Amino acid sequence: MTFFEFVGQFWPRLLSGTGITVAQFVLAAALGVVISLAAGLMKLSENRIVNGVAVTYIEIFRGTSLLVQLYWIFFVLPLFGITLEKFTAGFVAIALNTGAYGAELVRGGILAVPKGQWEAALAINMSPAKRMWRIILPQALINMLPPWGNLMIEVLKGTALVSLISVTDLMFQAKQINGTTFLSAQVFGAALIIYYILARFLVTPFMRWLERFMARKLGRA
Amino acid sequence: MEDISGYPLEISGADAPMVSFRKVRKVYGPLVVLDDLDLDVAAGEMVSIIGPSGSGKTTVLRMLMTLEQIDGGVIYVDGSPLTHMAKNDKLVPASQRHLRERRADIGMCFQHFNLFPHMTALENCMEGPVQVLGISRKEARERSEELLELVGMIEKKDQHPSRLSGGQQQRVAIARALAMRPKVMLFDEVTSALDPEVIGEVTNVIRKLVSEHNLTMLMVTHQMGFARDISDRVCFFYDGKIEEQGLPAELFGNPQKARTQQFLSAVKEAV
Amino acid sequence: MFDWQWEFVWEILPRLVQATGNTLIAAGAGYAIALVLGLVLALAQRSPSRVLTFLVREFVEFIRSTPLLLQIFFVFYVGPQFGIRLSPWMSGMIAIGLHYSCYLSEVYRGGIESVPRGQWEAATALNMSTMQTYRRIVIPQAIPPALAGLGNYLVGIFKDTPMLSVIGVAELIHTANAIGSENYRFLEPYTMVGLIFLAISLPSAGLIRGFEGYVRRKLGM
Repeated sequence: MTFFEFVGQFWPRLLSGTGITVAQFVLAAALGVVISLAAGLMKLSENRIVNGVAVTYIEIFRGTSLLVQLYWIFFVLPLFGITLEKFTAGFVAIALNTGAYGAELVRGGILAVPKGQWEAALAINMSPAKRMWRIILPQALINMLPPWGNLMIEVLKGTALVSLISVTDLMFQAKQINGTTFLSAQVFGAALIIYYILARFLVTPFMRWLERFMARKLGRA
Repeated sequence: MEDISGYPLEISGADAPMVSFRKVRKVYGPLVVLDDLDLDVAAGEMVSIIGPSGSGKTTVLRMLMTLEQIDGGVIYVDGSPLTHMAKNDKLVPASQRHLRERRADIGMCFQHFNLFPHMTALENCMEGPVQVLGISRKEARERSEELLELVGMIEKKDQHPSRLSGGQQQRVAIARALAMRPKVMLFDEVTSALDPEVIGEVTNVIRKLVSEHNLTMLMVTHQMGFARDISDRVCFFYDGKIEEQGLPAELFGNPQKARTQQFLSAVKEAV
Repeated sequence: MFDWQWEFVWEILPRLVQATGNTLIAAGAGYAIALVLGLVLALAQRSPSRVLTFLVREFVEFIRSTPLLLQIFFVFYVGPQFGIRLSPWMSGMIAIGLHYSCYLSEVYRGGIESVPRGQWEAATALNMSTMQTYRRIVIPQAIPPALAGLGNYLVGIFKDTPMLSVIGVAELIHTANAIGSENYRFLEPYTMVGLIFLAISLPSAGLIRGFEGYVRRKLGM
């Protein structure tokens, strides 16, 4: 069977898998950004407890594998009374993993904002929260967007692991089709190409656009 | 903890100074930056601070803006303590809340302008009035446009700082500080980071403020001619202390202390 | 609520320790492949042939944008379709080595680009060949600035080895899965795997920094 015949026959399943993959990606990315922001700000806190919580979270999730985290959340967390449905467990695990890496980007971005900006915000008597939200974070965002582009590709790739807890994403469909047809080159090749298209022609251009958009907003373009 | 029971809870009276440093100390580890500084600035007075680098001049302004904590003494602004607050008829170190309340009296312009890069000139000026003072956007816009007019930047009001020259940025920064209606304005080496040909546009704005507005001002500067022209008083700092102070004509024309003479002649040679 | 059984932990510990050994071997072997192949890919991207540079560049982008898990499946299943049988270990090492070689090629490239132009010119002035210039002058200077990146990917490859479990490499997660389904207990095996990962990856970060300092001192930089 040629590659095109193969795609002609199996495209509905590949497409539905791709839909799930995109959904997992969007949810994991959105939640991951929120967690990154929270953990990054907490790590900058001078309160030892708040800081300690953030450091512990970051070290645990950066120090272990995404797959271990996924299995732990899906198979072990129910023993603690927290049962997540597999679809939810999937993107939550990826988001928690992403958040640990993103937190460091947030922290670095904030620390890279010049000290004079804090001082100028204080000189017009802004409250600490307003200083952070209105003055520092917008500038930190632009500092950290380029590395976020790479992290987003990692999020997309990370979604493939949810197939291992039977979320019916692209990876899962590919595996299933391979199991019944043994057309491994065709099915895995098709899946590789779809992931590549998602990364190269959707995620990366979107992040580039976001960078340009932010730069324009900050009057730097 | 240092004993501050001897300091008054308030300074009142017709001739009470707008700003008063009482035995203010600042140390960085073993280094004494300010050594029991006493300095009063009257309402409406323009005081220039000159001196070699490392003499503590900038620290004076930064403490008044509460960017630095003090290690001893008390600073008063408009009669009441800034660095401390009265609690049960005794002075205790200021809380964050007290600082926020009292900071409203003070505005500051920085050497490197520190404009917010993600906001236009107008938005920079409106930010404080809208976000901190809670003024309506319309009113804040009017006030900010007036001030940008005053500093000659109204035509560039919709530009971001990255599109403005240093002199233009500094003028916007002055408007931003004025928009908060401070009683005391601080100028921290506002011309030091500028190219020589644009220094004039900033000094002219400050001149205008001095002649047309009754603001209390403290200015740290390296521009002796400018300080001489517009100040009511000049303080020469050396090694964390006021070595000599007086009317500009006296201090520049007939300095009494050897260190003042040395400094002034060294500056003159450099020009 | 859950009940943690120490007895069970002691019982499974020998198997987990053995699996840890396999994990480390897999990470080490994969890394060795990636180190060599990564350098080749980095140098190929600097070749005077525009076609070669373009092809290698696109290949690296492709591999970096698609999930390692899928690449592992691809290597493992596509061979037999064309009559090439690869063992799980062999396929795993090829996939993970190839995947990381693309990341390492970027690290090498950064290091090579950080060598000042004057060094090339000095080598030309001594009439060195391109090979000699790379071997004697450029690469020795390119390595120290690349060490931090190279080290991070060593930890990265270690944390990605659990994906090899899907084709039956008996590393930590594979063993934990087996223990879990034999005993219907997942709490201890997955938690122990997480702790083992932490126990290895946390100190590694410090060791890598130490090693980087050592190399810099050794080279008098």
